[in-house]
Amino acid sequence: MSDMSETAERADVVAAPGGPQRGNGASELLRRAGTLFLQQREASVLLIAVAIFLYFTASTPSFFGHGSFVNIAQYMAPYTIIAIGEVLLMVCGEIDLSVGYVWMLSPFVMRGFIDSGVPELLAIIITVLLLSLIGLVNGIITTWFGVPSLITTLGMGYLIFGVALTVSSAQQVNLPDGNGGVGRWFGAAAWSEFIWATVLVLIFHVILTRTRWGLYTVSVGGNLLGARESGIKVNTIKIGNFMITSSLGALAGILEAFKNDIIDPSAGQLAVVLVALAGAVIGGTAMLGGSGTMIGAWLGVLVLGILQDGFNLRGISANKFQIILGAAILLAMIANTYLTRLRGAGRIAARARTH
Amino acid sequence: MTSDNDLGGGTVSSEVGAFSTPTDDILRVEHISKRYGAVTALVDVNLRLARGEVLGLIGDNGAGKSTLLKIICGFQPPTSGRILLEGREVHFSSVQQARAAGIDVVYQDLALVPQLTVYHNMFLNREPVRWPLLRNRVMRKLSREHLDDMGVHLPSVNVEVASLSGGQRQAIAVARSVYSENNKVLLLDEPLAAMGVKEGAMILDLVRGLKERGNVSIIIIAHNYGQVLEVCDRVNLLQGGRITYDKYSSETSVEELTERVVAEYRKALEERQREQRSA
Repeated sequence: MSDMSETAERADVVAAPGGPQRGNGASELLRRAGTLFLQQREASVLLIAVAIFLYFTASTPSFFGHGSFVNIAQYMAPYTIIAIGEVLLMVCGEIDLSVGYVWMLSPFVMRGFIDSGVPELLAIIITVLLLSLIGLVNGIITTWFGVPSLITTLGMGYLIFGVALTVSSAQQVNLPDGNGGVGRWFGAAAWSEFIWATVLVLIFHVILTRTRWGLYTVSVGGNLLGARESGIKVNTIKIGNFMITSSLGALAGILEAFKNDIIDPSAGQLAVVLVALAGAVIGGTAMLGGSGTMIGAWLGVLVLGILQDGFNLRGISANKFQIILGAAILLAMIANTYLTRLRGAGRIAARARTH
Repeated sequence: MTSDNDLGGGTVSSEVGAFSTPTDDILRVEHISKRYGAVTALVDVNLRLARGEVLGLIGDNGAGKSTLLKIICGFQPPTSGRILLEGREVHFSSVQQARAAGIDVVYQDLALVPQLTVYHNMFLNREPVRWPLLRNRVMRKLSREHLDDMGVHLPSVNVEVASLSGGQRQAIAVARSVYSENNKVLLLDEPLAAMGVKEGAMILDLVRGLKERGNVSIIIIAHNYGQVLEVCDRVNLLQGGRITYDKYSSETSVEELTERVVAEYRKALEERQREQRSA
């Protein structure tokens, strides 16, 4: 009658075929490897990424090649960087719509510092740190004043949009050149932005899964009251994650400016936030908080990158691409939910074994 | 009615000598009041907890039980009054301070994070760290040892708390709060609420085990008077923000406790009817 015995029974049923005493050769080994694989939160989105990768490799001649891969890498890099922040925020139960406008604003700020004589590298660092203050304000309004972050960051987004348009007079600006070529490391070289994104994903993966900060981020999103009762400084965690997100947005904006070799007032904005959110959610991050993965977000954005590149190479028009992208997101999410349910069963089997 | 009549000189405490033996008390709550704006939650509450004792705190919903617990554990300050731990006056401005002093609490909502593993929950906000990384292996090992030691049986400490039953969660929360060596006072807020018979028995066994070890004193908030008398040494009844009754479990019964609570309800009902008639 109790849940306890029910859980145990369920575990036994699932565990029986995978139990070590029943092992009979290769198929058994495969089954166990499969179970182990499905335990990983990122398994479902990885399967989806591999499937569409194979599909385009088979169906589109020019897909498997250096140029195509560079395209995918350059497409996914800035969204991945934004997605890192959104994962942190969604895990602790918040969201940031303003980060795309930080992306828009940051190269103008950097340009301002460079114009006033600050060396390029220092200007980049100062800009990234300075714009974390936008996250600080987002966090304070959200936690202290209790405004939902969707609204806080919507307002903040418009505010920064206005500031960026005013500062730039809505004009494109060239990057200053002849400054020691720092740009190569910050987006100008073909793979540099991708490397930034991937290294950051790995760093934040460790932060989310192996440090106190990550544990508290999950706790705040998983049980806010409980986290507070345990003595966790919940507002500090949330504000900190808003600041990280803003800084990442600033970095993405700068990398994109160097990649495109122009500071463009039409860069970033809300559209990029939505792509990053889509990637994070496809990757397995729950919008309700308490659960999320950096590697999954990386894979989620990769899925979008492969779709974009593949359809592009097949000559599908940008308009139709939106339709296909929308459908692909929905299909990916349905597949993801289904595979997550399978994974749940796999986990219970694993539990019974580890005991 | 003044506070002195309430407890100090009242018939209740003179029978059991509630406030006459301060030497053995690990915790004393003296003249605690709590007001939220115009609402008064607690009125001059006096409460004592002897070393190694299990005290049952009963009372109807809204009587102020949880408020009292939250004040003792440092979650919120009292409006007035003082708390003495081992004879020394203490002021807690946070849960950590109370915890460091040896007072820990298991809330009604358990303060567990369902998405985290059992061992991460066991060490929440006191994780061993080799900077900057968590020492997961150490946490896993210590959690397993501690839970075994407490007689709490789980399939594995690696599972997410979300997959456990209510009783198992409660057991983890209790085991967690008595983990630290210097824990002197443990507060349990309705540990038996919404629990099946078997699960309730498991929690009562856990409390009995703690009592036998004898190094922690416990206050339990509960509604089931039978279970309270089964496991508690003494019972306090909180009514309308005051403690109106204080007796050893051996000297009272479920019937008497029930009668007390029902009598209060009847009295309130009569008063209301009288007011209506006069109005």
